[in-house]
Amino acid sequence: MTNNKSSLLLDEKGLKKTLKNLADAIADDLFGDEDFVLIGIRTRGVVLAECLQQLIKERTKKKIPIGVLDITLYRDDLSTLAENPIVRASTLPFDVNDKKIVLVDDVIYTGRTIRAALDQIVDFGRPALVKLAVLIDRGLREFPIQPDFVGLKIETSPKQIVQVRLSDIDGDDKVILMELNHKSGR
Amino acid sequence: MNSILIKKGRVIDPSQGLDDILDVYISNDIIKQIAQNINRKASLIIEADHLIVAPGLIDMHTHLREPGREDEETIYSGTRAAAAGGFTSICCMPNTRPICDSRTNIKYIHSRNLELGVVNIYPIASITVGQVGEEIVEFGDLVDAGAIAFSDDGLPVMNAEIMRRALEYTSMFDVPILDHCEDRNLASEGVMHSGYIQSLLGLPGIPGAAESTQVARDVELVEFFGGRLHICHISIGASVHLIRRAKKRGVNITCEVTPHHLTLIDALVKETNFDTNTKVKPPLVSEENRQELLRGLQDGTIDVIATDHAPHTAKDKDKEYVDAPFGLIGMETAVPVILTDIVHTGVISVNQMIEKMATNPARILRLDKGTLKIGTTADVTLLDPDKRHTIKSTAFYSLSRNTPFEGKKCKGAVDTTIVGGNVIYSKGKIVSDEER
Amino acid sequence: MIFQHKHLLTLEELSREEIELILENAKGFKEIFTRSIKKVPTLRGKTVVNLFYENSTRTRTSFEIAAKRLSADVINFSVSTSSVQKGESLLDTVHTIEALGSDFIVMRHSCPGAPQLLARRIKSAVINAGDGPHEHPTQGLLDAFTIKEMKGGFEGLNVVILGDITHSRVARSNIWALTKLGAKITIAGPSTLLPKSFARLGVRICTDLREAIRDADVINLLRIQLERQRKNLFPSIREYTLLYGLTEERLKWAKKDVLIMHPGPINRGVEISPEVADGKHSVILRQVTNGVAVRMAVLYLLSGGEEA
Repeated sequence: MTNNKSSLLLDEKGLKKTLKNLADAIADDLFGDEDFVLIGIRTRGVVLAECLQQLIKERTKKKIPIGVLDITLYRDDLSTLAENPIVRASTLPFDVNDKKIVLVDDVIYTGRTIRAALDQIVDFGRPALVKLAVLIDRGLREFPIQPDFVGLKIETSPKQIVQVRLSDIDGDDKVILMELNHKSGR
Repeated sequence: MNSILIKKGRVIDPSQGLDDILDVYISNDIIKQIAQNINRKASLIIEADHLIVAPGLIDMHTHLREPGREDEETIYSGTRAAAAGGFTSICCMPNTRPICDSRTNIKYIHSRNLELGVVNIYPIASITVGQVGEEIVEFGDLVDAGAIAFSDDGLPVMNAEIMRRALEYTSMFDVPILDHCEDRNLASEGVMHSGYIQSLLGLPGIPGAAESTQVARDVELVEFFGGRLHICHISIGASVHLIRRAKKRGVNITCEVTPHHLTLIDALVKETNFDTNTKVKPPLVSEENRQELLRGLQDGTIDVIATDHAPHTAKDKDKEYVDAPFGLIGMETAVPVILTDIVHTGVISVNQMIEKMATNPARILRLDKGTLKIGTTADVTLLDPDKRHTIKSTAFYSLSRNTPFEGKKCKGAVDTTIVGGNVIYSKGKIVSDEER
Repeated sequence: MIFQHKHLLTLEELSREEIELILENAKGFKEIFTRSIKKVPTLRGKTVVNLFYENSTRTRTSFEIAAKRLSADVINFSVSTSSVQKGESLLDTVHTIEALGSDFIVMRHSCPGAPQLLARRIKSAVINAGDGPHEHPTQGLLDAFTIKEMKGGFEGLNVVILGDITHSRVARSNIWALTKLGAKITIAGPSTLLPKSFARLGVRICTDLREAIRDADVINLLRIQLERQRKNLFPSIREYTLLYGLTEERLKWAKKDVLIMHPGPINRGVEISPEVADGKHSVILRQVTNGVAVRMAVLYLLSGGEEA
């Protein structure tokens, strides 16, 4: 994969501010509810969920429980990948039944990841409701799935990729939009 | 009148110490003259300036499967495979159905060969009736009918007393016992050579001692009780040592080795992922053993190279390794394989090769063959020692394809095979009856 | 790290990295067992055929559960109900199975190399579930997984494999996996059941039990089979137990935290005393559980990649 151009969507400051807004929106909607939990989708969704947990705690002094979801085994595209990704554990340290779940991921694109995540959550139990929080909504949905909380909504083409870089994983905090000069996987 | 003039070939005949650029003149079925620049008319002139002119090769260990398993090989197909491999005479083992243990069976082979064959066949009869190791055959009657030697081949005589009597009795007729040395209890259910590779693969093993203990026993028997012993297809270094020592003290013993034991080792079973075309008895052995075979070949301990041509159908070989039958075909690959891997690599000379594939078999079998002496029947093999080609089993005349040499790149081939003054095989093709 | 193999035939042909990849995935799969719905949709629509030419309820069941937890359809094709007994060849049987639409064939066979024969000739992915004394790759993997789970790693670990090594596929697969992962292996048992040439693999060979298990971190016991005695490979079960039976008393010769493993089924009172089998060192049942996770990981990894 070679990329020619890339443009900055959010710098470190912008990312922080966006996350703060996201945390506020979630807290406004759900805080005070006993059954409110966050579930991050591996890998970046988990880091973002932890950020949101921290931001919500700063505002409300309450630590919201976090779960981790590895959706690999629920993906619908395994047979088209050159190799199967490593399967990691999903950790939901609470009973999913009757919970009010905010599912967290970095970017929503086709909606297939969220479809897989929903299928998996349902296999763990029957939540009271599931809402979706994403840092970036880049459009181009293939499934009728929409986020409830969005950090930044942008228009993109399939020839672009949105990269969310987080210091815990990538060493720095920013969001960039890259142009591919040939077709990418997805 | 049918006559052939072979011009300017390198004539090698170890039986008369000949190795020179000469012409060979054949008239009717007899070698008439060998000299420089023979100036005679002939119905066929073969320009042989790049070829070796050798006495017709003799394969003293083959299986023709007729009667009984004509789906694997027949006298028709087997003699053509022989001719394509440069062999003008072959000896066939008695393990047909029925077992070749009576005059009738010998006569059957002779009459079928007269009708359909293209090379000389010398049948080997069994040592015991039905090859079951209990009752000796009528050796005298069988020799009279044309049995060239006796062997229970793959079902070796385990009872030393019976082996003793066979050796003692056959000494009257000056015929050899061809001895497949294998202690059947030690070999047991084994399918490959015991050792490192076999241990890795978990296949049941045949220890080298299964062969060498039997060699030791039979060397003792022939030394004590007389007779003539020829040990078939030796594969183990210990057997080479035993035979070398026995020969030194004058024991009446000779032995042979196959092209596959000289060139392949047990690691091939693993490399080919259990290809059953590596399954043979005796099994392919370790490299250390193979090196001993090469030394035995060089110093003359090993007298003969014979193929142990053992055809099996794809249906029988296409099985689990344990269930597939033992055996490989070899007549059509022997010359290219030996020239490529044994002669061109300098293990032995081409003269020694001819000695071990023509002169010595004839001597052991008391045949007036394996020679280019004036007045003998014109069995002649022309070798093209530098021809490069790739072994393709689809081109074989044998009915079977069970070769471990498929796809092998070779240097050296059979050019022409002449049996009794007739060109039977030339330039990759069996000459049809009409053309002959 | 890419898992390049279409089939799982041996552990000999896998690299250390590939073995580690399987173990890492198996860890992810083991978490599924804690869920209320122990099933994921990954292999939905795929068909796994268990083709067992030898009876092995444990291995077959383990593969069956693994496949079902991945939502594959499972068909058990056992010899007693098949045309094998009517003399049909292995290849004919397998071609028939494939024509019925198999994606994976899990085969147990008494002949070493039978899975290789299959892999050469069919399109389905072949998983070797034991080929005679040759290999039993998923057993080797589950043993490695269990050791890693209990001991954290392999570097410098002393692993003793005790019993009939010559006829053991478990021993061979263990040796390949564990030596690649960095453990030190000792094979121990009567001299008639120890392949001496295994020294070339860097394996220590020992006929004395006390000497063998001194400083052992892991003792992997193999089932001793009566039929070997009939071939005079050892004089009697009684003598075997006298010389090599693992009792609580003898266990003291090993390290205090030694793990006792056994591929099962165990012969209580023969190679292992009931106290040891059920004692605090034993991880025999954990091995069974881990077997499912490892087999799920194998099915998952072999299902990867673009269709050939």
